[in-house]
This record gives sequence, C-alpha cells and structure tokens, in this order.
Amino acid sequence: MKVFATFGRYLMLMRGMFTKPENFRMYWKEFMHQCVEIGIGALGIVVIISIFMGAVSAVQTAAQLTNPLIPKTTISQIVRDTVITEFAPTLVCIVLAGVIGSKIAGELGNMRVSEQIDALEIMGINTKSYLVMPKVLAAMVTIPLLVILAMILGILGGRIASTLGGIVSGDIYDRGLLMGFIPFYVTFALAKAYTFAFILSSVPAFYGYNVKGGALEIGRASTTAVVSSCILILFADYILAAILL
Amino acid sequence: MIEIKSVSKSFADKQILKDVTAVMETGKTNLIIGTSGSGKTVLQKCMVGLFEVDEGEILYDGKSFTSMPEEERKELRQQIGMLFQGSALFDSMTVEQNVKFPLDMFTKWNHKKKMDRVNEVLDRVNLKDTNKKFPAEVSGGMKKRVGIARAIVLNPKYLFVDEPNSGLDPQTSMVIDLLIKEITEEYNMTTVINTHDMNSVMEIGENILYMYQGENEWIGNKKEIIFSKNDKLNEFIFASEFLRDAKDMRMLEEKGIIDNNRDMDQLMEDPETHLLMDNNKTEEDTSPDKK
Repeated sequence: MKVFATFGRYLMLMRGMFTKPENFRMYWKEFMHQCVEIGIGALGIVVIISIFMGAVSAVQTAAQLTNPLIPKTTISQIVRDTVITEFAPTLVCIVLAGVIGSKIAGELGNMRVSEQIDALEIMGINTKSYLVMPKVLAAMVTIPLLVILAMILGILGGRIASTLGGIVSGDIYDRGLLMGFIPFYVTFALAKAYTFAFILSSVPAFYGYNVKGGALEIGRASTTAVVSSCILILFADYILAAILL
Repeated sequence: MIEIKSVSKSFADKQILKDVTAVMETGKTNLIIGTSGSGKTVLQKCMVGLFEVDEGEILYDGKSFTSMPEEERKELRQQIGMLFQGSALFDSMTVEQNVKFPLDMFTKWNHKKKMDRVNEVLDRVNLKDTNKKFPAEVSGGMKKRVGIARAIVLNPKYLFVDEPNSGLDPQTSMVIDLLIKEITEEYNMTTVINTHDMNSVMEIGENILYMYQGENEWIGNKKEIIFSKNDKLNEFIFASEFLRDAKDMRMLEEKGIIDNNRDMDQLMEDPETHLLMDNNKTEEDTSPDKK
C-alpha cells in the first residue's frame, strides 16, 4: 500500500508542475541555470566513463574473438552497437542518477528543511512548478545530448584502445563501424535517454521536495532517490528493449 | 485585520489546534506566545495557508482565506511577507538578490527601479555594504534583517514573523523587535509574531494571544499581562525568580507605587519595596482576571 501511496504523491507532484508560470522570464532563467548545472556539471564524468567503457569494450571483445575466421571488423561493430544501444544510454544514465539525482534531492531537501520552499510558497509561487519543472526539463534537454556525446566518445575510446593496444588498425576499425549499421539503434538509444532523463530528475526531485526532518533525512532522501532511480532506470531499460527491439 | 474563527487542526489523530478564535489588529504588533508545542507555529502556518484548517475560518480584512480559490490566494499572498525562524534566505543568492527576488518575480519594473527599492529597504533595516554578500557570510542578526527586508520589499499588508529572536543575543533581539514594531507602524501592516521571548512580549506586545495546548488561553496586551492572574500564563511568562521579581516591580511601577527612575540596587535593598511587593501579591490574589 505504501508503494501506491508514494506513487500517487509522485503523480501529484508531476501534475502540480504544469501550471502557468508566475513570470516566464524567471522560469527561463532557472531552466538555463539548471541546464548548466546538469549538462556542464556532468560533462567531465560523462567524458571519462564514455572513453573507458568504449576502450574496455574493445579490449574484451577482441579477447573473446579468437576464431581466425571472424573478421577483425567485427570488434568495432560490436563496440559500436553495445555502446549505442546499452552503454551510452544506460550506463551513463545510471552514473548520472548518482551525480545529478543526489544533487537534486539534496538541493530540494535542504530548501525544504531550511523553509526556503515555504518562503517561496508564501510569496505566492508554485514551488512544484518553479523548482521541479526546470530541473526535469533541463535534464530532458541536456541528458540526451550527453548520451550522444557518450556514444561518440565510447566509439572513439574503442578505437584508441584498439590501435594503441595493437588489436586492430584504425583503418579496419573505421571500416567495421560502417558495416551493418542500423540507424534505428540511435533512435532506440535516444528513446531510452529521454525516459531515463525523466526518471533521474523527477524521482530525486520527489524525494527531495518531500523531505521531513533535518540533515539526516536529507542524506536518507538522497540515497533513496539514487537507489530508486537506478532500479527504475533498469526496469525501464528492460521494458523499452522488450517493446522496441 | 486578520480574524481567526474557531480554527481547529489535527495531524493524524493528534489535535494541535482546538477551536482557536482571535483577532490580529492592523497597525499593531500581534504576538502569539506559548510554550514549544503549544500550536503557535501551526496556527501561523494555517494563517498563511501552508496548512489547511480542519474546521473554522480565517478572514483577511473580511475575506475568507479558507474558502478562497487558489488563484485568489496567490494574489493575496503577494500582500503577505514572512520572516522565518531560520530566515529562509536563498543560499545561492546574495543579500541583494534575495531581497530583489520578489520584485523580479512579481513586478515588471526596470533594473534601476528594482535596485532603488532594494537599497531603500536594506537601508530601512540598517544594512549597509552587505549587498554582495551571501547569507553564509553574514551574522544571525543580519540574516533576520535581510529576511525582514525581503518580506517588506513588495509593501505587504500583512507581515508574519516566526520566532524573530531565536539564536540572537538579547541586545540584537531588542533591535530586531523594535525594527519590526517601527516597520509595522510605518507601513500600517497587520503584523503577527510568534515568540516565546519575554523581552519581546514586554516591549512590543500590543495584542497578545497566549496559547496553551492548542487553545487560546489568554488574550490581552503587555500591560494586562502583568496584572494577569492566569496561572498557566504566569508560569510561562514569569518562569524564573528574576522575572517574577521584575513583574512585581513593573506592577508597582504601573500602579505608581514606586518610581522606576530610582537605582534598582537601592530599590531592592529598601525593605519598604519588599513590603510593597508582598502587599501587592496579596492584592493580586483577590483581583479578577481576564480570559
């Protein structure tokens, strides 16, 4: 029953987001601020994990392809498809759930505990709309862009590892990338990116917005938000794969 | 004027407010006093709409806030300023940005006009050279002043203040109290202050509501509180021996029995003072009280 009650409260928060802004310019300013916070703030970690996941993927694929009858171009094909369909959207979003999710939950939780949300409410501002909506929209705009960047860097990381490690030459790797490419995989990855972006911004916002208590509860809310987001991302990943592939 | 009519509020099965009725007068500092857990913060939060009342009604200048549609409430809230116990300043904004925020949100003024107003209210609360500082860089008393400046920047008709003196030294508390009183008179606002600071009660208590276990136990002003025979109120207000003595002295002073210009040490050494105080206590025990 508690799960349903929590889900109901989550839906009410989502519904409360969509109201007419008191001042569009202020909402736009907050949206842009959140784009910088979420997009630029997570750029570094996305770059690092993308390059390494591509590199590791290339090395491990090469280690398993021992049959001389399998062409070397297969390595880059496998790196490309796994990075595009799974690593870039799912792995990156799980990491972002930790980075961005805890930040959103912590920020809103602190605002709740220090009565800043009450102060905004008393001014006549819809806090669900002013505080939560820009975060969710900013995540929906920036995270798919980060996922696209992660795809490119992941494939590039695989190329660097392949050429530096003497697995395949750059020329063969590039040729493999162009073989049997299915453009729908990019659409599929972006569908996942939008879904995960919504989950990893709205779920922590819900937990942060509803914090009751003090510093300890803010920490708990951040942990719960990250764990719940990760589980929901993995669940959504399975559902989308089952439906779209 | 804010009227509270038979307001009740419960959380789960615990009743916090029980049939509270009171009037908060315009141009006066209205104090809600009571021990921790007496329901004064819940009452104030009901008044500003952060909590919905279970029963009863709250009227702002005759208009029912309780049954008001959300859009109308939003408009009314722009006439409400509130200073929170912890000041509730936005951490990521400077002092200037904090005070300017309501103007940015609700006015279409140009930047210069907004800044003029920000500087005007910051001057009014005696804050200078703090515009570019962040809340973490200013003292507790300064935070309260910034909170007051932010609360009055839109020229509100109603000002709510929750525990203005918590965490402040007595001298700064007095300055904040007097500032609130002056601003109330200057802007002709209806000011509602939650406090359990006795200095505030005795200095700025023009209309006092004493709450005890969720009920309005006593209503009066700072002069009447001295002569009150309500045991619960006296236990709360004059909790220490020092305060009880101070009460006796104030009673004698009010009755014109003693002259407050005399040195306090001399006064207390005078056996006649103690005799007068004892007589006064006997007289107090037989006098009627207001509830």
